[in-house]
Amino acid sequence: MPDADRTPGRRLAALQGLEWRNYIIYIGFAATFLFFAVTLSDSGFLNPSNLVNIVNQTATISVIAVGMTFVIASAEIDLSVGAVAGLASVTTAIAISHFGLIPGIVAGLATGAAIGALNGVLVTVVRIPSFLVTLGMLGIAHGTAQWITKSAPQPILNDTYNAVFGSGGLGPIPSLIIWTFVLVLIGVIVLNKTAFGRKVLATGGNRMAAEFSGISTKKIKFAVLMACGVTAALAGMLYAGRLSSGRYQWGTGDELSAIAAVILGGTSLAGGRGSVIGALVGSLMIGLINNGLILAGLEASQQEMIRGVIIIAAVALGRRK
Amino acid sequence: MADVAVRMTGISKSFSGVRVLDGVDFEVRRGEVHALAGGNGAGKSTLMKILRGVYQPDDGTIEIEGDSVRLTSSQDAMSRGIAMIFQEFSVVPTLTVAQNVFLTRERRGALGLLDDRASASRTKDLFAQMGVTVDPDRRLEDLSTAFWQLTEIAKARSQDARVLIMDEPTASLAKDEADHLFELIRSLTGQGIAIVYISHRIEEIFRVADRVTVLRDGRLVATTAAANLSAEDLVEQIVGRRMESALEWTPRDVKRDEGPLLEVRDLHVKPRLRGISLDLHRGEILGLAGLMGSGRTETVRALFGIDPIQSGTIKVRGREVAIKNSHDAIAAGISLVPEDRRLQGLVLEHSVRNNLLLPLLGRFSKGGWLNDAKGDRIAAKLVADLNVKVANVDRPVQLLSGGNQQKVVLAKWMGTEPDIILMDEPTAGVDIGTKVEIVGMIRALADAGKGVILISSEFPELLAVCDRVLVFRDGSVDQSLMRNDIADEDTLHLAVQGFGRTAAHA
Repeated sequence: MPDADRTPGRRLAALQGLEWRNYIIYIGFAATFLFFAVTLSDSGFLNPSNLVNIVNQTATISVIAVGMTFVIASAEIDLSVGAVAGLASVTTAIAISHFGLIPGIVAGLATGAAIGALNGVLVTVVRIPSFLVTLGMLGIAHGTAQWITKSAPQPILNDTYNAVFGSGGLGPIPSLIIWTFVLVLIGVIVLNKTAFGRKVLATGGNRMAAEFSGISTKKIKFAVLMACGVTAALAGMLYAGRLSSGRYQWGTGDELSAIAAVILGGTSLAGGRGSVIGALVGSLMIGLINNGLILAGLEASQQEMIRGVIIIAAVALGRRK
Repeated sequence: MADVAVRMTGISKSFSGVRVLDGVDFEVRRGEVHALAGGNGAGKSTLMKILRGVYQPDDGTIEIEGDSVRLTSSQDAMSRGIAMIFQEFSVVPTLTVAQNVFLTRERRGALGLLDDRASASRTKDLFAQMGVTVDPDRRLEDLSTAFWQLTEIAKARSQDARVLIMDEPTASLAKDEADHLFELIRSLTGQGIAIVYISHRIEEIFRVADRVTVLRDGRLVATTAAANLSAEDLVEQIVGRRMESALEWTPRDVKRDEGPLLEVRDLHVKPRLRGISLDLHRGEILGLAGLMGSGRTETVRALFGIDPIQSGTIKVRGREVAIKNSHDAIAAGISLVPEDRRLQGLVLEHSVRNNLLLPLLGRFSKGGWLNDAKGDRIAAKLVADLNVKVANVDRPVQLLSGGNQQKVVLAKWMGTEPDIILMDEPTAGVDIGTKVEIVGMIRALADAGKGVILISSEFPELLAVCDRVLVFRDGSVDQSLMRNDIADEDTLHLAVQGFGRTAAHA
């Protein structure tokens, strides 16, 4: 077997290494975009205001997905994010009306940090699987939010808050887009350029090998669950800002959209591999589909079905052997 | 020839343009143990996957008992009597012995319902034929791994397998369990079963095999009767060059006049360790010998902070250190090359580079920020230093051969620049060429003034490199033997079994 025979094979193998499957979410996003751009050109899909609207409406999912990417990359899951968002919107609104702007912001973030930390302790110290811990926490957070508000919306009358976390913006750029950009940027840098990010991936890839390498995987898991609580709370605060009120229903069901966005983006549900940019694109793609289907005049039930089909198809295409 | 069970002729196979088998001939006779040897990547497992119908050859023919066949799937191969005893066991631990043996072929009774009792009694018979008594209703997770393997063999027998492929069957067996397996192999061949025996362990090959076929770089080197082959010849066939005296002991200079590098006193670790004390000096290679469960692995795990220590002291260079986790151990200059590289040593789907840098994240980052250029330099140096054969350090480590994976694990720990290196079975499952390299590395580390603690179940390896051997028994150190006082392997065997105490303390 002379070496000359081998080289093309190697090169071929190297090319196959650049698998299109790794980029399926980007290809899928572009294809979906083009499809709607052509078929819905009369319905104003390409209208700049519509496009900005898509990013705006997906901001909360995108922000949750950043935290979720870390959790899933470390081979855990957080089902409580939607409920945490709702609870944080409520605590923020109540604290603003009683104590003012800054206490309101602190209350919202502290809600997320506290629940995230509780999730983390239950998973790492009490050793209950995160699926069960956060499933339980979903109910606890949702119920608490409903109970303390007696199911009533909590209006936010602070204009600064509503501008910064909702309808305002820097010049032409809406603040929701800025929040999304900032969170994604932080997520990308932390996951790819810091020792912490590398430890998260190692913990998810092979917990025992990480442990043998001097990494305290419990601390890592605790940290990602807590961080995910904080990003979920921030998402809830964005809901509150956009809609000028805190309400226990905000964020209901968002855990599934966020998980779908993360998985669409190429993060492995088994852990060890993660992409924050992918999660953002996954989230935008879900928003794109929602928007396109609404413009196409489909009923909510039909939208839901088609969204499900597209998610399954995208994950199936991106699946590794 | 009626006595040929399987004949493979001119087998070739390529994957994405790379030829992994090139015109290989291989034949197994009824009642024969035919060893298949070769380095990692020589093509043994591909050849066996072709025989099992997992891959189809590009070229070549397969005959089973004289009939030319095309094996299109593993079910197809199994129905023609070919069965594999897997290296990583393919049993379901939560099912019983009998349920495993008859998995997917469950005995059925009236109404087509499962008849577990019939399965159990048939299982009992199958084990009795192998000379083993077993309760077929025990769950496998409650039995030792030796029984898992026996269950696989029983499963193959129940399917009337005529050819058994065994891949490193002794890898997870204690010595007496291995002895029993060899007896079982003899009795199987006595019934006309053909056995293909894949192993890296030279002495095992000579112990069981009638003939030996060696592959190298996808080609057939030779098929020879074991009786006409010397160990040196076999190693030369496998490696392609003579290994001379790499595995022979030469006395080394240990700095015993200085205080010990590592002092362990009265270490207690639940459930097994009861008062371990040992000293390790600079430049010393200290071997730990003992039966499975004697406490060797537990000792190095405790020293590396994996298992919590109940009591006892650990001093490094005369200063007491508290080791509560692996991070503390690394900070104290201790590293551990763990027993199971796939489970404990590597994140398989991550790149070679990221695996190498995992314990070193602190070294090429500042305030938590990774300096990628510096990381690249460290990784490149480690790869070069340890002669890891990889074209591109960004390739996932799972694509490397076993020997190269093990070198990545070693390199990863050399990167931490430890003073004390604990190695648990560092040459398990690697080919002879890599093994010689690893042995050379261990010596070089000690020559550079480091202290090495080496656990190995292979006595020739312990005797080749160690300056001193501690014999473990029931969770404590039973004897300390200077290498000079160990005449040969038999002496060590006796010591491990608990004999020969007096000679040792002379």
